[in-house]
Amino acid sequence: MNFYVTLLIALKALRVNLLRSALTMLGIIIGVAAVIIMIAVGSGAQEKVESQIKSLGSNLLIVFSASASQGGARSAAGATHTISEDDAYAIARELPEYLVGTAPTLRGSGQVVAGNSNWSTTFFGVTPDYFEVRAWTLADGRYFDPAEINGAAKVAIIGQTVATSLFGDESPIDQVIRIRNVPLTVIGVLAGKGQNLSGSDQDDVVLMPISTARNRVLGATVLAKSRSVGSISIKARDGVDLKIAEEKVRDLLRQRHRLQPGQEDDFNLRNLTEILQAREDSSRVMAMLLAAVASVSLLVGGIGIMNIMLVSVTERTREIGLRRAVGAKSGDILRQFLIEAITLSLIGGLIGVLLGSLGAELIGALADWPIKLSPYATTLAVSFAAAIGIFFGYYPARQAARLSPIEALRHE
Amino acid sequence: MNAPLIRTVALAKDYLLGDTRVPALQGVSLEITRGEFVAVMGPSGSGKSTFMNLLGCLDHPSGGEYWLDGEAVARLSDDALAGLRNRRIGFIFQHFNLLPRTSALDNVALPLLYRGLALADRHARAAQRLAQVGLSERMDHHPAQLSGGQQQRVAIARALANDPALVLADEPTGALDSRTGIEIMALLQTLNRDGITIVVVTHEHNIAAYASRIISFLDGRVIDDRPNTPHDASADLAALPNLAAA
Repeated sequence: MNFYVTLLIALKALRVNLLRSALTMLGIIIGVAAVIIMIAVGSGAQEKVESQIKSLGSNLLIVFSASASQGGARSAAGATHTISEDDAYAIARELPEYLVGTAPTLRGSGQVVAGNSNWSTTFFGVTPDYFEVRAWTLADGRYFDPAEINGAAKVAIIGQTVATSLFGDESPIDQVIRIRNVPLTVIGVLAGKGQNLSGSDQDDVVLMPISTARNRVLGATVLAKSRSVGSISIKARDGVDLKIAEEKVRDLLRQRHRLQPGQEDDFNLRNLTEILQAREDSSRVMAMLLAAVASVSLLVGGIGIMNIMLVSVTERTREIGLRRAVGAKSGDILRQFLIEAITLSLIGGLIGVLLGSLGAELIGALADWPIKLSPYATTLAVSFAAAIGIFFGYYPARQAARLSPIEALRHE
Repeated sequence: MNAPLIRTVALAKDYLLGDTRVPALQGVSLEITRGEFVAVMGPSGSGKSTFMNLLGCLDHPSGGEYWLDGEAVARLSDDALAGLRNRRIGFIFQHFNLLPRTSALDNVALPLLYRGLALADRHARAAQRLAQVGLSERMDHHPAQLSGGQQQRVAIARALANDPALVLADEPTGALDSRTGIEIMALLQTLNRDGITIVVVTHEHNIAAYASRIISFLDGRVIDDRPNTPHDASADLAALPNLAAA
């Protein structure tokens, strides 16, 4: 008896009991759909975190000037300026084996005006390394050239949000914007990044040369006098242990700031990537947890198949006896029932994939949740369903195959 | 015609009931020649069903020998017995044992399926057998759409599907009214005249009367084995008052 014939017999038997077949499949359908949806939701969340890490720039350390205590009163982080541009250049100079670049940044906020429009935004004074370190690219225009950085040129690169707010559909390139009454010519537009971790819009930003920010825009404040900056972003080399790089930077800064052992840092060094990676790990665990919970329903579906197959064997005992009488070997009976179980779980699995994918898309659309359908998860769910068919189908099939033909024929 | 179709020598079968060995068949030796129409009779517990199961290659004997068409059957494997049942033996049961929700044609074709014939071949042969039992018009009907007599005819067609040497009928009229029962016996007589060897198990004397030989069992032994002048079932049928015409 070849496999094809057994397959035909099994399919015919399933069709004869169509309603029961459909109900049996339901367990597997729900199980597979749940697995697909849960994995899609879980890996969607994971991918969101990943893209946030990407937009932040990988291997990123940030030094904030911070919390110097003056006479016992401690000021807020970033309020005083204890770190300087020179710190940034020193770090770059002293630790080239650990770092790709350092980007000292001055931060300010204010109203940007262009023609009749105005917009409240944050601006940064930056150096050329800033773009690589913070993983910014341009959608339009060009980067600052070194002369502009050093010469406090009146140029700016603006984020997507600022561009659309001020200029709408028009090209902002070569337009003039004013910040604190300083006219700046727009030379570039940043590619969009979207929201950051805390949900604020990273594209709502204006970048200008650090000298421009210090000398022209922030103007005659304390900042202008020294070369102090608000923060330094540091990008470590790939493959470098961020913890070690962090320690090297810390040691260097303490040395430069002449801090004695035991004295507190007068800066704040943060490893943002690490924080994000912790978050990514937790979202991965979450995704796995969801998939595990969904797998349980798949398992329950499998037990459902076994249950129905056992009932079916009992109910069809005479049919089995008859098949044996007209020439079916016990192996033929085993294969028939096994194929019935596998067919149920496979077809159920495929329908589950279909419903699961639709369901995931629906959740994505209605709940505005990032969804990622993975072909890997789909394959896994279907193979798992088939395996469940074999596993839970084997016992009933063996029961059927073991029936003595005489007993089976006599069964009432 | 010289070699018997069935030959048993001291055929025995014991069943284990708990720890006790219950002899169901105690040394039955007999021969059945090709073309015979044999009725096997006996009260329940007489061993006639056990004997039929052994003849039908559904069970292994505990002792003795059995040759079917010259082939020693007693110690064949289960799978070999399945092949033998498929090609050599046709079964007819009291309760027809047709597959539900399956057309008459597919029911008849079932043994051909297990023999591994191609679809066209299966359907052609099954249709031919249905024609032989007078059910050409009912090929697509499911068992539930057929009368008891028609269902038994489908079962007979199925028994004939593989051109068996032997047809075993276990109380074939037990679930039918007497008139339909006689119709079935008439059909079996017709098949027998065409050369098919038939063994019928029954406890009804009027059914056994249509056979050409009657073997009686009691307590696991043959107590009587005699030729019989068979009644003509077709003639009996003609003699019955025709209710439909009346």
